[in-house]
Amino acid sequence: MGTDTQLRFDQEAIKQYSQTNQEPSWFLEQRIAALALTQTLELPKLEKTKIDKWNIDQFHPFQTEASVETIAELAEIVKELVDVQGVSSLLIQKNASVIYKQVADELKAEGVIFTDLATALREHGELVQKYMHTAVKADEHRLVALHAAACNGGTFLYVPKNVEVKVPVQAIYQVAGNDSLIAPHVVIIAEANSRVTYVDSFVNGEGSNMVASSVVEAFVGSNALVQVASVHSVSDQVHDYSFRRAVVEQDGRIEWILGEMNDGNTVAGNESILKGKGSTADTKSITIGTGKQRSNLTSKVQHYGTHTDSQMLSKGVMTDEAVAILNGITKIEKGAEKANGEQAENILMLSEKARGDANPILLIDEDDVTAGHAASVGRVSEESLYYLMSRGIERRQAERLVIIGFLDPVVAEIPIEGVKDRLRQAIERKLG
Amino acid sequence: MATVPHLQINNLRAKIEDKEILKGLNLEIKGGEIHAIMGPNGTGKSTLASTLMGHPKYEVTGGEVSLNGEDLLEMAVDERARAGLFLAMQYPSEITGVTNSDFLRSAINARRGEGNEISLMKFIREMDGKMSTLEMDESFAHRYLNEGFSGGEKKRNEILQMMMIQPNICILDEIDSGLDIDALKVVASGVNEMRSEDRGFLIITHYQRLLNYVKPDFVHVMMQGRIVKSGGPELAERLEAEGYDWIKAELGIEDETVNAE
Repeated sequence: MGTDTQLRFDQEAIKQYSQTNQEPSWFLEQRIAALALTQTLELPKLEKTKIDKWNIDQFHPFQTEASVETIAELAEIVKELVDVQGVSSLLIQKNASVIYKQVADELKAEGVIFTDLATALREHGELVQKYMHTAVKADEHRLVALHAAACNGGTFLYVPKNVEVKVPVQAIYQVAGNDSLIAPHVVIIAEANSRVTYVDSFVNGEGSNMVASSVVEAFVGSNALVQVASVHSVSDQVHDYSFRRAVVEQDGRIEWILGEMNDGNTVAGNESILKGKGSTADTKSITIGTGKQRSNLTSKVQHYGTHTDSQMLSKGVMTDEAVAILNGITKIEKGAEKANGEQAENILMLSEKARGDANPILLIDEDDVTAGHAASVGRVSEESLYYLMSRGIERRQAERLVIIGFLDPVVAEIPIEGVKDRLRQAIERKLG
Repeated sequence: MATVPHLQINNLRAKIEDKEILKGLNLEIKGGEIHAIMGPNGTGKSTLASTLMGHPKYEVTGGEVSLNGEDLLEMAVDERARAGLFLAMQYPSEITGVTNSDFLRSAINARRGEGNEISLMKFIREMDGKMSTLEMDESFAHRYLNEGFSGGEKKRNEILQMMMIQPNICILDEIDSGLDIDALKVVASGVNEMRSEDRGFLIITHYQRLLNYVKPDFVHVMMQGRIVKSGGPELAERLEAEGYDWIKAELGIEDETVNAE
């Protein structure tokens, strides 16, 4: 490893941060082990995307920030994401600090834990240890190892069995300042028969050469329902790496709603492991590629249990000189009888120089299953434009209606109004 | 202020790909008039509708069309619409993600122009009223445009758009095909409600059926890409009773379609 990939933080920095947050020793040991792994592990192998020249590890991970007392004091970009009426449990992290936290009393009363990772490590260390990095392991590749070593916050959400959390809980992650890092680790544990919706947003403040490196691990108990909605809209000054994975027990269900609205280079891997019989997964994601950004977005479902069902829908709009690779992988393991996996990737191309690849992949090791895929790459249909224009709508506006409409079936599913509005704004902004 | 609408078509010729379909068509429509164009399949009726609206697949190769004195053929599709032309289509597009009401409001505002947008309240009131005339369920306002609509629902939706946009010249392209008699009556009542001195209609149809409910002033028969016979409402009745063969015989036409050379 050459000097150019020298990290900007070392074991001492990790120890210091760990001590400041009174992390348990096992967690510090994990960090140190992960730090060693960053020197030996390879980057993940990504279909048609070379990331070795991207900003992988050039960041200062432990920049602390002052907390705020009220939502009014938050930066505008963060404040507008907060739906004061709709959300009562909210966590806001800026760089390596939780700057605002609010938890509804009802949640506490029902035994739900919704807190930042550092607090969870101090107060519920054993519970965290039982789950953390069991779905997304630190030794998978260098990006996860870097995350595990430099993790600077995150959210811990635990829902006891039979508890239905009716109002979505929300987290906002903001990275700001030159060479800053936001590296939240999110652990969601939904016990049997519980329900919960977690919504997060990634935004950035002023600064250059920033990195976002996040991991979400969701553990969906039997007959539980977990909905995760995530909107990433950071600037071209941020390289964003996110890895999300859910493990779903019998008759449980995971629903992902993902808005990849970054202006910068992005790697996102989203995976559902359908372990229990009859477990199901639904993944909907949208992206808009603009400028010269490069994105590699993978949705994957692994079927282990019998009678499992997965649906995946990825939609991309590509313009300028952007390149996006949308991978959809349906993997049905031997023994997953009566499983069904459906996936579709649809890409709308708006410019000659943009590129969008839709790669549907079905890997099936069991005979008694059904699976299907549909992929399309196309342009805005002239027939649709003709129809809209025949009612007096100008061509440019007609195109926008069609493009925004193409994405809307996913946007409409975002469970928090503030986040949905912001996503719509991000779409408008990206389409210029 | 409004002058009486006037659509003048002179010797119109048009082709799709390399095939000429309209072969010198003449027609004049003024406000207050209802014209019906009848004719067997393949005689160019729908091509006429699409060419007038400016469908990109059709290329005009000759002739002139003016709308209220302005050259229609020089205008883009959206300009034609804003100049007052409307086409209720035979096969309306389905547009995912755009709700019927958002679409209609955009269309109305496009015609009204910036700074003169319709108020949301007024829009909702008008849309509710017209949907009830057309016996459309309220849910259609919030559904994606034509997506998953049945054939009959699409046709009603076309008429709803016409009633909301209030155009000067309305072309209805086989609006009656695929409608049962009840739906046909509903659609016809929508058209009749719109009948006025400020508005001209061109109704394209295979069948006399619709004309029982919407009484035309003029009936034209199209064959081989042009109008070959014109008359009053009695012409439609005779066609219904006797078919087209007598016209073919009268005019010495063997193959009435545009394929005929």
